[in-house]
Order: sequence, then structure tokens, then C-alpha cells
Amino acid sequence: MIEIIQTGPFNTVQDLGRPGFRNIGVTTSGAMDPLALKVGNSLLGNETDAAVIEIQTYPFKLRFTKATAFVVTGADCGASIDGRPVQPWCALPVEAGQLLELGQPRVGTRAYICIAGGIDVAAVMGSRSTSLRGAFGGNEGRFLVAGDILQLGDISASLNLPATGIAVVDPAYALADVYPAPEDGALVVRAIPAGEHSLFGEDAERFWSQTWKISTQSDRTGYRLMGEPIKPTTPVEMRSHGVVSGVVQVPPSGEPIIQMSDANTAGGYPKIAGVIEADLWRLGQTRIGSRLRFVRVTHAQAAEVEKAVAGFIDDVRRTSRMVCGALQAMK
Amino acid sequence: MNASVAKITSPAEALVLDRKGARVSPIGSRAFLIEATGEFDLAAQRRIWALSKAAELWSETLEIVPGMTNLLVVLKVTPEDPETLALRLLEAWEQAESIDLVGRTIEIAVTYGGQHATDLAALCDRSGLSDREVVRIHYEGIYRVFALGSAPGFGYLHGLDPRIYMPRKSVPSLNMARGCVTIGGMQTGVAVLTGPNGWNSIGFAELQMFDPMSDTPAVMAPGDTVRFVPASIEL
Repeated sequence: MIEIIQTGPFNTVQDLGRPGFRNIGVTTSGAMDPLALKVGNSLLGNETDAAVIEIQTYPFKLRFTKATAFVVTGADCGASIDGRPVQPWCALPVEAGQLLELGQPRVGTRAYICIAGGIDVAAVMGSRSTSLRGAFGGNEGRFLVAGDILQLGDISASLNLPATGIAVVDPAYALADVYPAPEDGALVVRAIPAGEHSLFGEDAERFWSQTWKISTQSDRTGYRLMGEPIKPTTPVEMRSHGVVSGVVQVPPSGEPIIQMSDANTAGGYPKIAGVIEADLWRLGQTRIGSRLRFVRVTHAQAAEVEKAVAGFIDDVRRTSRMVCGALQAMK
Repeated sequence: MNASVAKITSPAEALVLDRKGARVSPIGSRAFLIEATGEFDLAAQRRIWALSKAAELWSETLEIVPGMTNLLVVLKVTPEDPETLALRLLEAWEQAESIDLVGRTIEIAVTYGGQHATDLAALCDRSGLSDREVVRIHYEGIYRVFALGSAPGFGYLHGLDPRIYMPRKSVPSLNMARGCVTIGGMQTGVAVLTGPNGWNSIGFAELQMFDPMSDTPAVMAPGDTVRFVPASIEL
């Protein structure tokens, strides 16, 4: 078990989400940085989609009430165990009674506390993710508060981590070949033109060429962007249709919205583009107030990135099992 | 590529294929939207239902999301060749025979007017009808659930009388209550969550539309028939 000692609002239990229910209006939810969740779980020998704690507001403290293993992935927030610093992306064994603390993030915005066996809240409609909007899933359908006690799942093949832990290189560096560096301080987000792209005429080019700022009206539901408005050449009244996270819609104001993990399942605003799935985690780690630029890519390019990321996660899982096995044999 | 396919823009622009009454476009790398481009009617929706059943069986499909005369297909992985997928969707659309879903009939008791009917007056102004006429036209209608979406268990209902069509508000109500009976354009429905809402409220229904712990969490399903029964009229 773990006990939440201190937490800000909007910190929730998340897994990879609840796909398969958009057709009855249920949003997928799930981690805003699914890569951090997958890497953390793979490092611990968990199922890839085990539930973790997503931290968006700090400081955050929890106490382990039994010996287990954990890793903090995603944002680097100067984590410590009983006051001793622990490295991000480093899986460590932990004793009963030890206190894990996370401070304000130095890099990134969302941290993931992954624990051996995963957070064992009841699955609702196939997922342990918290649906804040629907008020179900996760821990009683709400965000965590001090005093909450969460059960941990059983782990089928425990890794026997060495006391010094095992670490993985931060994916931002490990995958530097497939993720473009920022341009003039702006995050480069790859996207594919969507259905109403051509309706924006010359404004469509300004969508790609300008730098957009992430407004304060941005959260797990979606990111509202600020910049020079873009408008369709003729107004359109769309019939409601299904959407996925990453869709870039343009409401009448002309300032785009990127729908994120907790987005509506349907929409009717004209859509100018869709962020490729493999780039969504980077948006999940981008702070309010920072800038981004969209770059057009093809499906083939998106598929290539997706493969590289999947390969990286497989590699983490294989290597972590191998290293722990070898260290165990040397004892 | 099939010569009969009209390509709206060059591949460097956007992959949009449009032919024989349907249009395919991508949303991100793994999702494709196919929209019927003809009338907004039951005939088109019946073909969408048939297409949904076909696309659901494809091995690469993760999820299908039928909308209002359209269908979103979410794939398990990003296809390297999206055009093949788009053409396959168009072919499936051409072959889709109209099917009718055998649904239930759901009766929803409504309090028309009253504190929740925040937009009834505006609807009267727009339509030139009295509040009594607007309400009567609404409850005399026979509606079909075309699709669910937006919020958990929310059913988009088709069959609204054109006399009481009312465009969505440009500035949404910030805190519309769950249960409000609303009109959005040529559609009607019952709000399932309390929160911002751009549709126009004319009444209130108590019926709970969604229970996440149930085996069938949503009360409505595509194909169901819905009738609104006036429990009381407070004008």
C-alpha cells in the first residue's frame, strides 16, 4: 500500500486509457505522457499499461507502507526518498515506511510515479484511468487528496532490483534521432493536415509558419493556443463526428485548440490538422506559456517514429530483465 | 490510384478523397474520418451503421466511432500507406447496404419550461412560434438515436421538426445542468453532464443516461427510438 501525504489538485491515477468506448461518448483519459508510463512500467517489469500516479501539481509526498520498487519518470522534479535525492528514470527498491517527495519540476511538467505491480484500483470499463469529467475510474473518480490509501497490484515476475537501482536514459535523449530539437525555443510538433485544412486558404500556411503560445486555459482536456487567428474562407457548420486526442480544431475565435487525453469524444469545429500520436507525449510535457510550431509530416514519417518508440520500449523491458537477472546471478 | 477519385488537394497538402457521396480525411496518423456528403437523413445513417459493422471487423481497427452521417475509424498502428486505407473505406461505403438497427423505444419524461428552459424564449423569437407550440412540436416528434458521443451516454437524436431548428450558441452556457433537454442545430438531446453547453435548453428530464458500473453503461444505443413525454409544462 501507499499513503498520500501531501498533494496539490489534479493529480490522478492513470493508465493508458479507456479505448473502445468513444462510441458511447466516453473519453479515453489516460496518461498525458504515455511514453513515460510505458518506460516506467517496462523498467519495473510491470505490464506496460499498469496504472501509475500522474502528478501535475507539486509538491507531492507519499509513504510506502510495504517494501516494493518504484521509478519516477516524465518530468524531472528533484525527487527524494527520506531526503536523499533519487534520479529520474531510475528504478529503485524501497522499504516500508520510506517517504517519496517530489518538488517543482525542473524539466517537463508531468511526473509519473510507477510502482511494482501497479496501482490496484478497480478497473471500470476496462481501465484504471480516472475520468474526472465522468467522475468514475481511478480512485473513486476524483483526484487524489492527502490521506488517500492506494493498494498495489501483485507482480508476476518481480525483478530483484539492485540496491543502487537500474536507470534508463531519458527518452528525450535516447530518442533524439527521431525527435526534432526545439527551433528558436519553440517545441516542434509534427502533424498531418486534416479534413478542413484547405478551407483555410492562405491562413492554412500561417497555421504552419507561425509560432503558437500555449495559453493558461490549457489542461488535460485540451490546449488552447494563442497567436494570430486563422479563419476559414467560408463558414462551415459540420455534423458532429468522432475525434481523437491530437486533433487541432479551430473555433470561431480563430485560435486553435489541440484536444488532449480528457477531450470530448465528438466535435464539430473545423479541423486543420492532427498531431501524430508519437508526438502527443511531448505536448503532455510542455508547460503553459511555452511556444510551439507545427511541422507537416506524412503518414510514412509518422509510422517510422512510432516504430522507433515501440522499439525503444521493448529494449527497455528486455534490458532491464537481463541486467537484473545477471546481477542476481553474480550474488 | 483509381482514376475516378477526385483529389481535392495535392498529397503534400492533405489526403482528402471525395467520391460517390463520401469523403475520407485523416485525423492525426491513426484515425480516418469518412463522411457522407449527401443529405443529413436516416438513409445516410443506415449506410453508416452498415459501414461501421464492416470496418469494426477489420484486423487493423482499434475502435470505431459512428457520428452523424459519418464514421471515425481508429487504427491500432499508423499505416505507412494511408491512401490504400482511404480507398478501402470508400469501397466499403459503396458496398454498404442500408441496414436498420432494431432498437428499443425509450420514453423520456420531460418538464418543459421552468427554470431549466433557459433558451425557450430565444427559440420562440427565432421561430415565430409560441412557447406552447414549440413544446408541442418537440414532444410530438419521433426521434432516432443516430449516434452517441461528446459526453458519456449522450445520444444525438435525429427527427427534429425544422420549424424548431436552432443553431448552437456562439457563447456556450457556462453551467448547464445535467438533464436539460436541448436543441443544437437540427439535432436534439438530453445533457448528461453539468457544465459548459452550446445547445439550447427548453426543458428538463430526470432520467439517468449513463451508469459506468453497468454492463451496458449507456441507456441509449444507435437505432433506438426516443419519445419525449411531457410530465409537466411550466410556461
